[in-house]
Amino acid sequence: MTQLLQLEDRFQARIDAEQKIEPKDWMPDAYRKTLIRQISQHAHSEIVGMLPEGNWITRAPSLRRKVALLAKVQDEAGHGLYLYAAAETLGVSRDQMYEELHAGKAKYSSIFNYPTLSWADIGAVGWLVDGAAIMNQVPLCKCSFGPYARAMVRVCKEESFHQRQGFEIMMTLAHGTPAQHKMAQESLNRWWWPSMMMFGPNDDASPHSAQSMRWKIKRYSNDDLRQKFVDVMAEQAAVLGLTIPDPDMHWNADRGHYDFGTIDWKEFDEILRGNGPCNKERLDARNKAWNDGAWVREAATAFAAKRKSATA
Amino acid sequence: MQQYLLHIADNALILGHRLSEWCGHGPALEIDMAMTNISLDLIGQARNMYQYAATLEGDGKTEDDLAYLRDVPEFRNVLLVEQVNGDFANTIARQFLFDTYHYFFQQQLCESQDPQLAAMAEKSLKEVAYHLRWTSEWVIRLGDGTIESKARIQRAFQDLWSFRGELLTPALYETEAVAAGVGVDLGAIKTAVEQKIFNVLDEATLVRPTDGWMHAGGKTGRHSEHLGFILAEMQFLQRAYPNAAW
Repeated sequence: MTQLLQLEDRFQARIDAEQKIEPKDWMPDAYRKTLIRQISQHAHSEIVGMLPEGNWITRAPSLRRKVALLAKVQDEAGHGLYLYAAAETLGVSRDQMYEELHAGKAKYSSIFNYPTLSWADIGAVGWLVDGAAIMNQVPLCKCSFGPYARAMVRVCKEESFHQRQGFEIMMTLAHGTPAQHKMAQESLNRWWWPSMMMFGPNDDASPHSAQSMRWKIKRYSNDDLRQKFVDVMAEQAAVLGLTIPDPDMHWNADRGHYDFGTIDWKEFDEILRGNGPCNKERLDARNKAWNDGAWVREAATAFAAKRKSATA
Repeated sequence: MQQYLLHIADNALILGHRLSEWCGHGPALEIDMAMTNISLDLIGQARNMYQYAATLEGDGKTEDDLAYLRDVPEFRNVLLVEQVNGDFANTIARQFLFDTYHYFFQQQLCESQDPQLAAMAEKSLKEVAYHLRWTSEWVIRLGDGTIESKARIQRAFQDLWSFRGELLTPALYETEAVAAGVGVDLGAIKTAVEQKIFNVLDEATLVRPTDGWMHAGGKTGRHSEHLGFILAEMQFLQRAYPNAAW
């Protein structure tokens, strides 16, 4: 027991000294479990996130947009790969993580349970959803776990490119024809509140936050990040000439921040329970891709084994 | 010349579009990414070719006018590339049959007397060499993998074999392009294309389907029912919101 306490103290001391924890280092079980949960959820979010955006690849309105969207969705696949690889260093396999996802046991970002209904949604997802993701993710580049922190450096570079791309789509639509402007506003109306929910529950209702902060997995609280998001987006929406669907949003000179309205957490909870508009479709699509691909993966394994025994 | 450029561009766009339907639904992440790479290469090649064709047409035409505002009979792609994805074996067989042709085609196009076409071909050839390597490896892997994978890839070749002929049968605008010194003489690449196909099928331990009836028509605008749906989807926004910029 004393020995364990010593190990934990030494571990915490390293974290306090901003040293990176590497896969082979000793770490408390709870730290390992927390990271496996968080990194695999993050990886799943990238993979499931390919679906709503992929929904518009074949309908992108110009060749330039088509190529950009295709490349973007491919980037998400790449992010999934680095993140699964980072989680694997903690002793869990990609297949195990997939199984949890496919069985509906693992979570992924709730935002991807909303549908993409118009081309403007591709802009809004890039602008708002990637915008919120970046706010969450930039601090992760300094996360105490080395492989996660390093994966996030690359992920964040690509995400900020995606966000600019999304903003540029919104800009084109907002300053386009009246029909395009309307399309952009309608999309903002649908995506605003779900994006606000991406920062997670309010601080007083966020069960894992305190420990994660102590471990320096998390650096800022949910509410702090949400406020930062609101402050940035309020200004950007003004540049776009679009209206954020929150009548309570006002600049508060005393606080030096924008005030904003109350989030409908009932909607968030329902989606977590599986009752979002696309929960079932997303999971079905992942399961279908995985099951339809089983024979391909088996063939690749069988072929590799044959070649190996032939050269042995 | 215009028809010839559109033919090359349409092949690449429609096949790239078909492949992009896989994005997010592939059998494994790595395969998903590889298919998207090929799709991106092909659409990139199509763009270069459309841009060139648009300059020749003049009149302020753009690449998007050519991709989004022509209807089925104006498309000049071969029937093979508009065929449905089917299962992964079907996609691989379709891609492999196209890649073998495409590789030797681009190789010859590097010799075109049109410097623009030759330069584009040189760039494309590097990409297509990778496509051909990737699909050849998958044909071999599936053919020599499990009983199921062998049956699937064998069936896919059986189903798609009759679309192979059109690739090597020149339309009038191709013959004219050859006569003008700018196009590829399909007769000159036929043996190399077939040899490559046969070698890979042999290595994959697959049976070579017998040559019978060969479908044709795509090159001159007589397409299968599939193309209409591809265009309906692809062109939706441009058609629903005319004269908007995106």
